[in-house]
Amino acid sequence: MATVKIPPVLRASVGGEKEVSADGSSVGEVLNALAAAHPQTQSQLFSAEGELNRYVNVYLNDEDVRVLDGLQTAVGESDTLVILPAMAGGSR
Amino acid sequence: MDGERLRNRPCGGRYGDLVQAIGNTPLVELKRLSPKPGVRIWAKLESRNPTGSVKDRVARSLIEDAEARGAIKPGQTILEPTSGNTGISLAMICKRKGYPLKVVMPDNVTQERTQLLHMYGAEIVYSDGSKGSNGAVELALEMAAADSSYYMPYQYGNVANPLAHYNGTALEILEELDEISAFVAGLGTGGTLMGNARRFKEELGDGVKIVAAEPMQGEPVQGLRSLDDGFIPPIIDLSLLDRKIFVTNHDAIVWTRRLLDEEGIFAGVSSGAIASIAVRIADEMDEGNVVFIVCDDGWKYLSSGIYTRPVDEVEALDTTVWW
Repeated sequence: MATVKIPPVLRASVGGEKEVSADGSSVGEVLNALAAAHPQTQSQLFSAEGELNRYVNVYLNDEDVRVLDGLQTAVGESDTLVILPAMAGGSR
Repeated sequence: MDGERLRNRPCGGRYGDLVQAIGNTPLVELKRLSPKPGVRIWAKLESRNPTGSVKDRVARSLIEDAEARGAIKPGQTILEPTSGNTGISLAMICKRKGYPLKVVMPDNVTQERTQLLHMYGAEIVYSDGSKGSNGAVELALEMAAADSSYYMPYQYGNVANPLAHYNGTALEILEELDEISAFVAGLGTGGTLMGNARRFKEELGDGVKIVAAEPMQGEPVQGLRSLDDGFIPPIIDLSLLDRKIFVTNHDAIVWTRRLLDEEGIFAGVSSGAIASIAVRIADEMDEGNVVFIVCDDGWKYLSSGIYTRPVDEVEALDTTVWW
């Protein structure tokens, strides 16, 4: 099972947990498993068309999946998915 | 023009005033950080700009673009959201050109930024630090909407920002290197990455890998009410990026110290983060040039203790907006 790290803005939707485990061999499968277990996350993670919501960044270990293979990016058993909100850059 | 540039190089150039002296920064090889002999790592020292950061290029471009379009005239107040460097660069340029400047900045940045802004005569409006830079952008947009006398360059959405790099930084690097395998820069407004990426892909093709290092902000500054409060700078085109990798505050500071200890480069926190990704990319290659940006120097971070304390003892590690 992959580990999914939950940002503060989503924790209320997963019972306050900072990280959860979810099954799946791709990013899309893991996030769908998360949404199935915690239905309140569905509309926050996905658009009506099933794409990642615009302001959700998902990282496989530390790389943004949008510049990998998106929701089709392969996920291994020991991988970590990190969900982060899209934020403005700092001093830049 | 080329002959003029060559004659200028030994002393860094001769210019009519400080604003014209922006750019033409050194490109320095970092042999100790290179993981293998065939891979050369080069640091573009943007810290050598007049106010000590890459943002001098952007601020000049934003102001000169507005002047060229007749959008501003001396005496008009400039308003801009920033968490530091852009504000400091704008403050220097606006003071020289006669524009009052008001910057909107999170209240949890290092104290040196406040001091430098005051030194250059800028007025500061603080935004809620728990919202990170998103809070500064939100407040500045509200202020601009409520008072039409402000001119807001808006670095997050103004093409003059990436053009500063397309017509400046990238050309300077191409003057020095015929081959670039990877270019690594920090992702904030996206200006450095977009401007350099477009120029490098045009000149050298898709073989140049464009890599973004981005901050993983500490949880206390991820103060969004919902994910719909997120923000993506309008100038960012993700299709130009080949990799996008986050760096924690902890790792960024560890690598900022390594830059100093191993190469003698006294840089700010984002430069440490970018260096860590440059070395990681270099480690994945067999040969070629990796270029990364040293965004600013270390002076603005001294009060935080990142150079004098063990990283685990740095106060406010996750409540500070470092970059």
